[in-house]
Amino acid sequence: MEKMDDNSSNGSPEKEVVEVESVTIRFAGDSGDGMQLTGDRFTSASALAGNDLRTFPDFPAEIRAPIGTLAGVSAFQINFSSEDIHTPGDALDALVAMNPAAFKANIGDLKRGGILIVNTDNFTEKNFQKAEIDSNPLDDEKLRGNYQVFEVNVTDLTRRALEDMDLQSNLADRCKNFFALGLMYWMYTRPMEPTKEWIKQKFGNRSEIVEANTRAMEAGYHFGENTEAMASHYIVPEATYPAGTYRSISGNVAVAYGFIAAARKLGLTLFWGAYPITPASDVLHELSRYKNFGVRTFQAEDEIAAVSSAIGASYAGALGVTCSSGPGIALKGEAIGLAVMTEIPLVVLNVQRAGPSTGMPTKTEQSDLLMSMYGRNGESPVPILAASTPSDCYDVAIEASRIAVKYMTPVMLLSDGYLANGSEPWLIPAEADIPEMKAVFREDPEGFMPYDRDPETLSRPWTIPGTPGLQHRIGGIEKQDGSGNISYEPENHDHMVRLRAEKVAGIAKDIPPVEVMGEDSGKVLVVGWGGTFGAIAAAVEALQARGASVSQVHLRYLNPFPANFEEVMRKFDKVLVPELNLGQLVKVIRSEYVIDAISYSKVQGKPFMVSEHITKIEELL
Amino acid sequence: MATETKTNGVGLKLSRKDFQSDQTVRWCPGCGDYSILAGVQKVLPELGLPREKYVFVGGIGCAARFPYYMNTYGFHTIHGRAPAFATGIKVVNPELSVWVITGDGDALSIGGNHLIHAMRRNIGINILLFNNRVYGLTKGQYSPTSQVGTKTKSSPVGSIDYPLHPISLAIGAECTFIARTVDRDQKHMAKILEMAARHEGTSFVEILQNCIVFNDGAWHQYTEKGLKEQNVLYLEEGQPLVYGSEDDRRGILINDFKSEIVSADSPGIAVHREDDEDGAYAHLLSRIEVNGGPMPIGIFRNFQRPPYEAMLEDQVTAAQLQKKMSVDDLLHSGDTWEHK
Ligand code: SF4
Repeated sequence: MEKMDDNSSNGSPEKEVVEVESVTIRFAGDSGDGMQLTGDRFTSASALAGNDLRTFPDFPAEIRAPIGTLAGVSAFQINFSSEDIHTPGDALDALVAMNPAAFKANIGDLKRGGILIVNTDNFTEKNFQKAEIDSNPLDDEKLRGNYQVFEVNVTDLTRRALEDMDLQSNLADRCKNFFALGLMYWMYTRPMEPTKEWIKQKFGNRSEIVEANTRAMEAGYHFGENTEAMASHYIVPEATYPAGTYRSISGNVAVAYGFIAAARKLGLTLFWGAYPITPASDVLHELSRYKNFGVRTFQAEDEIAAVSSAIGASYAGALGVTCSSGPGIALKGEAIGLAVMTEIPLVVLNVQRAGPSTGMPTKTEQSDLLMSMYGRNGESPVPILAASTPSDCYDVAIEASRIAVKYMTPVMLLSDGYLANGSEPWLIPAEADIPEMKAVFREDPEGFMPYDRDPETLSRPWTIPGTPGLQHRIGGIEKQDGSGNISYEPENHDHMVRLRAEKVAGIAKDIPPVEVMGEDSGKVLVVGWGGTFGAIAAAVEALQARGASVSQVHLRYLNPFPANFEEVMRKFDKVLVPELNLGQLVKVIRSEYVIDAISYSKVQGKPFMVSEHITKIEELL
Repeated sequence: MATETKTNGVGLKLSRKDFQSDQTVRWCPGCGDYSILAGVQKVLPELGLPREKYVFVGGIGCAARFPYYMNTYGFHTIHGRAPAFATGIKVVNPELSVWVITGDGDALSIGGNHLIHAMRRNIGINILLFNNRVYGLTKGQYSPTSQVGTKTKSSPVGSIDYPLHPISLAIGAECTFIARTVDRDQKHMAKILEMAARHEGTSFVEILQNCIVFNDGAWHQYTEKGLKEQNVLYLEEGQPLVYGSEDDRRGILINDFKSEIVSADSPGIAVHREDDEDGAYAHLLSRIEVNGGPMPIGIFRNFQRPPYEAMLEDQVTAAQLQKKMSVDDLLHSGDTWEHK
């Protein structure tokens, strides 16, 4: 750490500014305390300050859990850095706890010596009871030994800052998150201007709210500046990453953009059949705003209608997509099988969450891989892709659409709660960068057969209603190859089952080989998929920097696997497969390649921490 | 018979034969489905659309095989979900004439949810429900329209489920065109099917259909000469609700929210009107047979309300006029920053 003179404090007490490389902070409070909004603003300010960053919002499934309880704690974590980072951070440098429940639920993640800011106005006997705490934890001497504790009467200070505004007290109290935000802006030397602008835009015509929030934030900032207790604050310099125009992007928004872009490129109408479900609904919300792109969102009566309408839409010549989370995907199985049988393009987006059953709707997990692969009746192969970072959701949405249309097949696209709500800075791509792809409709009646096949892709012609002279019938009953007529002939069924499998397997020729991050042979290869990318990459890079013989492969394509996958794995002594499930990919690898891959699994509804990977990999080295 | 090419162009006169596919029809001989197929194939040429504009969507069941026998576009889907597939098709291409062919098990049991939601959205599809009060394809179990006490393989001592009444259900589900016809009355069927096809929004037609194998004679009182005259109440717009043989004419009186059967020359016989948006009258009508009265045949309810796909198109068009955007604009929307 390097000490500098503070030149931003005009006449306020002299404070020390400490330069640091990376900081992880967490805002935690009651669901009603506005912690997600606070976190979003801090993210935006950090992006503008030029840091690399990753975020992790973590909130309860209940919309209004009882105030002050552990069930109602909502938190937002951000890691911002002057270096390249991959994750929202493991342990916290600073924790803002707005009430005792938030304190209790999060204190375990704060680093020793870390900064703890608590709103003492909420540390009351009643709230201790709600949080199931026996006595005031702030009275515990050990706490002060372990952390830098700042007790701030946030509610009272906010009220005082707004005193002359004649607001109802509950309105004033609702501004206390802006006080906390202002204090953290001071603590990490972030400018308040962009947030002031944002407040103006957001609450534009309600001038008293604009003023109240702005004043609360300034009060928080000045509190930091002036209080003697806080002797130093921090600065995280700009990161060096490629020049260009950036924005912050979450997985759910990125995936929505990806489908809009893909439909544009393909010249198709995007039809989105969905039924509300956490954490996938935000994609529906996002897309329903883009009717100007011709997007037809359809909020169906249930999950089955959502997928069925999407298949109907594709049958009629649109890019049909359905989106849900685990329980909803389970309901769609039969219809996906119909799309396999009738060979109709469809993308099924699964924003995975902790299961089984309702599980933990707002918590992340990657336990639907085997359902995606095998969760239908009959031999029903489908290509499966998974996104690895929030912004990668954009690229995989485009790629999934390309494969669905080119191969006339349903495609499973896996995201998860962590990617869906987490965000990262994104070097905005150009429309011109979208890979070449096109949708071709059969129009020539000459020699037409509904199950004729393209010799290269093995896909059948997309022939849509309204095309003169090509009337034909398709359905879920087994059909004769070529003519598409109903057929119960034993040899034909055998042929068709193998043909459908071969078609999907053949996609391996049309996808890039896996890339090894690090040496292409050595002691340990860590094979991951989906949202675990960041934590694995951070761990592998850290170990590589120490000279360890470890490399990483991260799979985007889970069915079929890239052609070189086996060869790559065989060059390492050990293959480690970390997953947020009980070992699903590892099962497939072991059965497919008879490679003795080692599973590393965690199912806590939380992402992996970098340190967990490091420990595990070190065991194998 | 048309002489020119029949695949394309408006104004061509097509015939019933043009709508017959090359597939062998596989219903049991004597099944009521044959006459419905013939009825549909006769009506379509009257509508003036070329064949490629028709899509027939089936779920699962005897009735749901219907699409295979039509020389149009056809999609044989999965059990109960045909209205949902049809919805996707219609939304993407509102110019298509989309038909759902379903049965009492498919539509009212496994697919009940999709049926009611298609109707309440007033999506522009035509739903033909072949009601034979039994499961045919799975070999004869009682269905959601079977009467209490029906003895079948799965109810050897009689079913104890109370039946659904499809017309009452359609009224409750806000359907804008609701009618009933019978498989044995080609003329009546033709009239109803044409009206249904021309209706904008969802049209729902219950067709009383005889399953000769598993439930023969379920509707005999309404289809056989000598019986139907006494038991069928033909609904005609603006006409009084009267029925019965020459020597025993009866009428329906509506009093205190109840229907009452009276002599046809009694004063105050109710006059039929289809545009009952409120649905109370239509519902009362749908209960007459349930309560032991005659079987009303005809249009129960027929009124206008903008269809789902039209409103969606309006929203899309308005959005496109209001906010032109490229994908690049989209990706750059919201807060962006330059990094040098
Ligand atoms: S089982 Fe009944 S409904 Fe089915 S085809 Fe035979 S007669 Fe017709």
